[in-house]
Amino acid sequence: MLYSGDMLTEAALYKRLLLIRRFEETVLEQYSKGIFFGTTHSYLGQEANAVGVISNINKNDIVVSNHRSHGHFIAYGGDIRGLFAELMGKSTGVVAGRGGSQHLCWRNFYSNGIQGGITPIAAGMALAEKYKGNNTIVLVFIGDGTLGEGVVYETLNMSSLWNAPILFVLENNHIAQTTPIKLAVAGDIALRFSSFGIHTEEIDTSDVEKIQAVANKQISRVRSKSTPGALIIHTCRFGPHSKGDDTRDKSEILNMRRSRDPVIIQGARLEHEIRETIEGEIDKKIRHSFNQAFEDPYPNPEEVFG
Amino acid sequence: MTTVLESLNQSLHRLLASDNRIIVIGEDILDPYGGAFKVTRGLSTEYPDQVISSPISEAGIVGFATGMALRGLLPVVEIMFGDFITLAADQIINHAVKFRWMYNDQVNVPLVIRTPMGGRRGYGPTHSQTLEKLLLGVPGLNVLAPCSIGEPGDLLARAIKDFEDPVLFIENKLLYLQTVHSVSEKGDHSIKTFNPKNKTRSDSTKNNGITSEYSPPTYLIRINNAPEPTLSIAAYGYMAEIVLQVIHELAYKHELFCELVVPTQLVPWNIDAVLSSCRLTGKLLLVEEGTLSLGWGAEILSRVSEILISELSAVRRLAALEYPIPGSEPLESALLPGKESIKRTALEIAYNKRNHL
Repeated sequence: MLYSGDMLTEAALYKRLLLIRRFEETVLEQYSKGIFFGTTHSYLGQEANAVGVISNINKNDIVVSNHRSHGHFIAYGGDIRGLFAELMGKSTGVVAGRGGSQHLCWRNFYSNGIQGGITPIAAGMALAEKYKGNNTIVLVFIGDGTLGEGVVYETLNMSSLWNAPILFVLENNHIAQTTPIKLAVAGDIALRFSSFGIHTEEIDTSDVEKIQAVANKQISRVRSKSTPGALIIHTCRFGPHSKGDDTRDKSEILNMRRSRDPVIIQGARLEHEIRETIEGEIDKKIRHSFNQAFEDPYPNPEEVFG
Repeated sequence: MTTVLESLNQSLHRLLASDNRIIVIGEDILDPYGGAFKVTRGLSTEYPDQVISSPISEAGIVGFATGMALRGLLPVVEIMFGDFITLAADQIINHAVKFRWMYNDQVNVPLVIRTPMGGRRGYGPTHSQTLEKLLLGVPGLNVLAPCSIGEPGDLLARAIKDFEDPVLFIENKLLYLQTVHSVSEKGDHSIKTFNPKNKTRSDSTKNNGITSEYSPPTYLIRINNAPEPTLSIAAYGYMAEIVLQVIHELAYKHELFCELVVPTQLVPWNIDAVLSSCRLTGKLLLVEEGTLSLGWGAEILSRVSEILISELSAVRRLAALEYPIPGSEPLESALLPGKESIKRTALEIAYNKRNHL
């Protein structure tokens, strides 16, 4: 279960963080064996962002994600076997193998692979829900690299002008593919949002409970005032951009893993036995889902294309 | 007597009145100005909740509209000049038209983008182009083009209500003020709506995303009391109006009798009417205002040749010369296909002059 009522326990949060962690580790490991088709963009190190923010939504709220979609998808409650199958290109995949890793859709979850392109769409969805008289809000996840795309600024402008009930969540992992932020982003990030009149909060943590708390305030505000908001989360990307494209110093990454691991931070709050039990459950779930997906059939081109 | 503009405007009024899912978004569309070409005049006064005047953000508004369409509204975006469609290219190509198929048919994007293409107003290189050919053939995008025949307003209504997938609706600046020829009008020419013998969709129904049995019409025009045509000329939009004038001249001054084929749906491709006409004449001239290479005519010609190669004795395309569209009137006139160049080309085909580009 994923919605706010169920996600408030320490153990439930840990479970969801670990589920994302183990999924992403499995994907990277299995890629080297040629099990998956295409590429992947790992969410390692950033799990607390997805879990912390998304744990606050209501059943009808909308989540819009990007190329680095797995963490958001799993935090939203997306099916693990379906996601493995989608990466393998199987007919049982989230979108029957048509989309692959970056192009997912399930219930009110959408993702696409063009930096920034999802932002006006997410805002349009928010406006539509408002127009229909619903109390629905939209979360859209972007990164520091996304700030290079012009359509993001068009979106911020119009979201503010028209009071779209949308929360922009910017995960600043200080690197865009292989480009460090100091080579890509001039000026101040928070000011980019607030100068459009958008209420902006900023947090630098990998602690899921801290993120959950600040996101809760932001989401409540977006919903009650029916107005856009922005949440900037400084975070750490442990893995490469996709595969083989990590040019950072190994010691830098080791430091991150030591001090900024959301799984370790949350795990430390639990009793040892509870943690172990959860770890066993998650390992079993991952293994079982992977094996199911592995056995699933590929789609038939004749059926798809006629 | 209704103009194309009036037909479109009145249709929008009826549509917004009858269906509050329809939202019109564009730049400078608020009354009293009512839009650069006045297609949206009166709407913001009558239906203020359904009209959004936007900043100058073509990519952004197409994106917003895509989001609205994904959540059950029927947005109609106006791009002020067709030249500016390039600014929305990513939102169209990598977002709007992909969602339904790549998400495994879980969603629909019933989005309509309307925009006026066309020159002959001296607006220069970036305000005069006919760019739709750049988007013909993008998987998932339907393209319709009203002309001065039939019911342009009805075509727009169908685009908005009957198509579940994105529609690019190509208007034309000079077309707006043309009087609409009714199919039943009396005069020196007669207009028929093409009726295919077996009503099949050219591509799979699933991909068309059309909910009703409606098919955008193709019109066939011949000179009255004339021998059977010996040349088929195909054109759409405003160009069809120019060709219509030319076929009168060709008939009366040169005794060359043509059949004019005017589709209102560019994509999904449906060449049944062109094939039917070519089977009769064996000669085909394709005229368009866009540039030549890889244009609409090139695609029709390819598709027709694949089927009728041995029955055709001549095929030619006439299109804009491949330069930016000049500001100076004599230069612009020479660059775009006009009555003289259409007439000259038709006569060359008829008298078997050397086929050259």
